[in-house]
Formats: sequence, structure tokens, C-alpha cells
Amino acid sequence: MEITPEKLRWIYTTMYRIRRFEEVLLEQTVLGKSMGVAHTSDGEEAGPTGVCAHLTDRDWIASTHRGHGHCIAKGVDTSGMMAEIFGKYTGLCKGKGGSMHIADFTKGMLGANGIVGAGVPLAVGAALTSKLKGDGTVGVTFFGDGATSEGTVHESMNLASIWKLPVIFVCENNHYAESTPVEYAVSVTDIADRAASYSMPGVVVDGMDVFAVYDAAGEAIARARAGDGPSFLELKTYRFHGHYHADDPHTYRLPEEEELWKARDPLPSFERRVTEQELMDDVEMERIRNTIDEEILGAVKFADESPLPPPEELYTDVYVNYSNPPQGLR
Amino acid sequence: MTTETRPDPLGPGFDVPGSEIRYREAFNRTLGDELRRDPDVFIMGEDVAGGAGREHLGIIDSWGGAFAATKGLIQEFGKERVRDTPISEAGFVGAAIGAALTGSRPVVDLMYFDFISVAWDQLLSNAAKNRYMFGGQGKIPITLFARSGVAAGYSAQHSQNYYSIVAHIPGLKCVVPSDAYTCRGLLAAAIRDDDPVIVCNHKKLINMSSFVPDESYTIELGKGRYLRRGSDVTLVGMSYTSEVCRVAAETLAGQGIDAEVIDMLSLSPVDEEIVLESVVKTNRIVIVDEDTPRCSMASDIAALVADRAFDSLDAPVKRVTGPHTPVPYSKPLEDAFVPTPEDVVATTVKLLGV
Repeated sequence: MEITPEKLRWIYTTMYRIRRFEEVLLEQTVLGKSMGVAHTSDGEEAGPTGVCAHLTDRDWIASTHRGHGHCIAKGVDTSGMMAEIFGKYTGLCKGKGGSMHIADFTKGMLGANGIVGAGVPLAVGAALTSKLKGDGTVGVTFFGDGATSEGTVHESMNLASIWKLPVIFVCENNHYAESTPVEYAVSVTDIADRAASYSMPGVVVDGMDVFAVYDAAGEAIARARAGDGPSFLELKTYRFHGHYHADDPHTYRLPEEEELWKARDPLPSFERRVTEQELMDDVEMERIRNTIDEEILGAVKFADESPLPPPEELYTDVYVNYSNPPQGLR
Repeated sequence: MTTETRPDPLGPGFDVPGSEIRYREAFNRTLGDELRRDPDVFIMGEDVAGGAGREHLGIIDSWGGAFAATKGLIQEFGKERVRDTPISEAGFVGAAIGAALTGSRPVVDLMYFDFISVAWDQLLSNAAKNRYMFGGQGKIPITLFARSGVAAGYSAQHSQNYYSIVAHIPGLKCVVPSDAYTCRGLLAAAIRDDDPVIVCNHKKLINMSSFVPDESYTIELGKGRYLRRGSDVTLVGMSYTSEVCRVAAETLAGQGIDAEVIDMLSLSPVDEEIVLESVVKTNRIVIVDEDTPRCSMASDIAALVADRAFDSLDAPVKRVTGPHTPVPYSKPLEDAFVPTPEDVVATTVKLLGV
């Protein structure tokens, strides 16, 4: 599939932005800047980037607990994200959601979701709205290999199929549900095989290769926009860190395995390919990296300097309208 | 100077053009009104039309929903807006939430209230929390309706009143109409409301008739009403137990006891003021709830009275509820489960010491 020079720059910028965001976030987490848990997605950058390259702000994505990469690829502001994770009032959700619930409706980002598989029906619903209004938008749902054992994923695939909805099911198979290996938990070798049960195309994609993801996603999204119904993509990928910031993956992953996957790191692979094909040069890529490095440091500074939410924010946004104000009893 | 007239929160009342119709007809008519007035409204659920996909065989609207709640709507609004679903409560409730977040206004038929358990995570983790955890982004104007309550041997998995569980959850709303008039006003209000609302239709009410105005109207969520004014004791009902209280009050009147009857209508938000206003006057209260007693609406209202009207009480707060058991099948067992007007009369007479 043809990629314009602008799109190529966007792809590299986006992948590097995700990488840098996650690396810096892990450093900041060690410093105690974030609360709760942060699930990082470095290593998996090619997936959200290759998919979201085909989407506009009016298309919707539903995300997962490991959602920073999806947010960034959908164009969500990294300062607002960092502030949210730091629990600040300037965060995208006013500090009320945190890492697992970042949403930005202005960018078509329907929210990260802390319940595995729970975001999937939301994208089906977005596609239902699209069909009822005839607005040509699509719904994309990202979910992991672990979520494919959840009923909501199967129910959603069936609904999308019988109603021929413009949904793209993107399974990011990073081979581990927390510490549980996919070969233990899932009864098929290729999760994409599940798609046949719901009469939709299911494609296995090298999730470390952004060009492969870009091509497969382009086809699936075009199919959805043409009214030909849903598709399923299985992106074989790998998270470079643990399940969450404090998880040591060496308790369940062998170093040899990690080395094999790290040798396929999507960023150097991209750099090699575009250099060989003379599509981008080192100088340009270095300039992009420098810009992003500064952006992410700026995001940390913004988050650091932002105020915490005032206590009265506890009570707002529960409902649009409610006649009994939600207060605790004292 | 112009004078503004605010609509009565309880609707236009009974002094307007209208007719005596059944609860189910009021419900069906309201769905039609709302589908007509707002193109973003659509209905989905199991068998809301029935026989889906067999239009070429001349089959359309074979069921029209359990208890014919949605009968005749597909003919006017088509299968996109009256959408039959597979038996996938988590899937289609989740899809309804996603549709609501992206600009639609779905009305979902859950069939029996008991089936809410299958869709519970979507309601609990998405419908109730998304707006809050996204810092006020998005709204979820979804209406779920279900048949509730104990009746006619539906037994343990088709008879529950799970409204206390729903009312417990911040982010969800719950209404319990008690007749055709309140059904029409509360359903219209629920569909026009921007938050998730669960509408409980008690099976015993569905075929009962009462006066319903011709013109469409709403009843404000969170407003209770007086079914009867009195001075000796307050009887509180919700859903079908409002009818139970009304009948009990008539019997009590025959025994010289003047009972005030409150029909809660909404359980979240809940009209605390009407309960307090009444008990401050009558100094005695009996709360009647068909649900099981632990952590119930009856217990919640009892706690409210104990907390905020303690000094007005001349007697303990009494509750008349189902037992802490599943709902049984066989008639004598089922009869023993439900609070009856006789139970309410007996409790009240004992409470008043007459």
C-alpha cells in the first residue's frame, strides 16, 4: 500500500512518541510521580500506529488498560496524558481516571478500559451509531490475547457480523495475559482463526512491522467504510516491559525469548527500511527524535507544575443531572 | 410582565383529555412517541419484533417483545430502529452504551430484570462510570427496561426486584412506575434523560388499567407522589407495593386508621423529602418492599427516617418485605413470599397498638 512522505513522517513520529512516553513514564513512576498502576506498551508501537494512520478524529477507538499507545496514535495530547497519570487537574480526565481510563472524545478516543474485554462492545456501539446515522465513520477496538477468552469479545464479533457493522477488531497478541502465556490460555495457535466463526476475514499480521500493520489495517478499514462489515486483525507483538510498571517479566519469560523479540524492535526495523529505500534519512529522523524528546520532557514539566484537583471535584460528573447531590454521610 | 408556568413534576394529572388504558399500552404508546420525536432514539433487545430476517416469508413483528411491549413499532419505524438482538445481554448492552457515548439514544429491552446479571459488568463498569472516570466527557443516555417482580409462578430466575442493587450504584438511575399513568411519564422522562436509567415494569401491573392523558408528558425523575393523604401513619410503596399500600390503606380506613400512602416512583434519585415531610406529620412509618430485606430500598428508607426524623417518631420504623430467600415456584410458597395488603394492615395495626 502506497504511503505518502507525510504519512511516513507521521508514522515514525508517532511510534517514537509512544516509545519515549512509555520510557519516561517508567522513570517518573519510579520517582513516585504516578499512583496506582501503569501498563506500558513499548515494543507494541507498530500496532496502534499502523491502524490509526487510517483514521480521522471522527472515527472511534476503544482501548484497554494498556492504552497509552492507542491514545498517542489517535492524536491525544501527551501533556494532558502525563498530567492525568500524575493525578493532576489539567489531565484529560481532570485526574479522575488515571492511566487506565484516559479518554479524549475530541480525538475519537472512547477511553482506555480497566476491565479486560469491556471496551470491545463500545466500539460495536460506535459502529452502530455510524450505521444508523450513515456518517461513514468506523469503530476500532484494540484488545489483547487475554481478552479473547472474554465473552464480550465473542458477543461483539457476532453482533458486528450479523449487523454488518463497520468495526475492526484489533487483537494485540503480546503473548502474555499478565503472566499467563497465550499457548496455555488460548485453544488456537492463531487467534485470527476465531474470525471464521463469525464469518469475517481474520488476518495474522507481523505486529512488529508497521508497514505490515498499515497494509492490513488499510484493507480492513476500507472494507468497513465500504459497508462490507467487520474484520479481525491479529497483531503478533511483544511488550518490552512487564505487565505493569513494577512487574518483573523474568519470573515468567526467558531472556532468550526477550532477545529474539527485541531484535525485531519496530523502531530500528522502520529506520533500516526507510534508510535502505531512501524514503527518510538519519538527519530527519534524529530531528524528529529530538523534537519528541523535548515534547515528552515538556509533558513531565507540565504535569509536575499542574495543580491537583480541588476536593469538590469528587462530586461532579457522576451524572449529567441528579436531584439528590451525591454526598457522603457524616 | 409574563408569567411562566412550570410543568408539574408529576405530569398533567387527571383533569385533561385521556382514557383508561392498560399499563402495557401506555408503555407501548410512549415508545412510539419517543421514536417519533427524536431520530436518535432506537430500540433493541431480544424479540422486540420477533421472527427477524423472515420478512420475505411475510413474517414481521411475530412477538413484538415480551408482553407485547414493542408490538407494532417495527411497522412504523423499521428494523434499524426496532432491532432484534441475539441472546447476548453483555454484548448488546455494551453496544448500547457505545452507541449512547457516540450520539445515539438507545432503549434496551432486557426482558426480565433477572437478566441484568448477564450484562452487569457493562452497566457497572461502563454505563455507571465512564462519564466520571473520563472527567465529564461523554454522556450515556441509555434506557433499559425489564419486567420485574413476583407473579404467576415465574420462580427464582424470572421474578427478582433488583432495583436496590441498581440504586446502590453511583452513575445509574432507577424508576419504578406503579400504574399506566406513571409508566408513561417516567418512561418518557427516562428516554429523554441524559444518564442511564433502568425502568422496572412489575408483571402484576402490566395488565392493569388506569387513566392516561392523550398528550405526551414526563414525570420528573426523583419525585415521589402521595396516593392518599392521611394523618395516623405513613405507608411507603414502590412499584407494585404502592398498589398494596393503597389497598391496605382502604382497609385501615375501615378500622378508623387514617393512613398516608407514598408512591416512591423513583429509587435513584430518590425523593427523601416526601418521606420526611410525611413522617414528621404522622410520626409512624411502614415501608413496604417486595424485595428481600438485606441492604434493600426498605432498609435504605428506614435508615433515612432514623437519621433525619428520629425526634418525630412515636414508634419504631417498620418494614414489610419478602424473606431472605430466592423466589419460589409453587403457589402457596410464592404467596408466602410477597407482602400483601393483609400483612401491611396487620403490621400497621400492631404498630399503632389499636
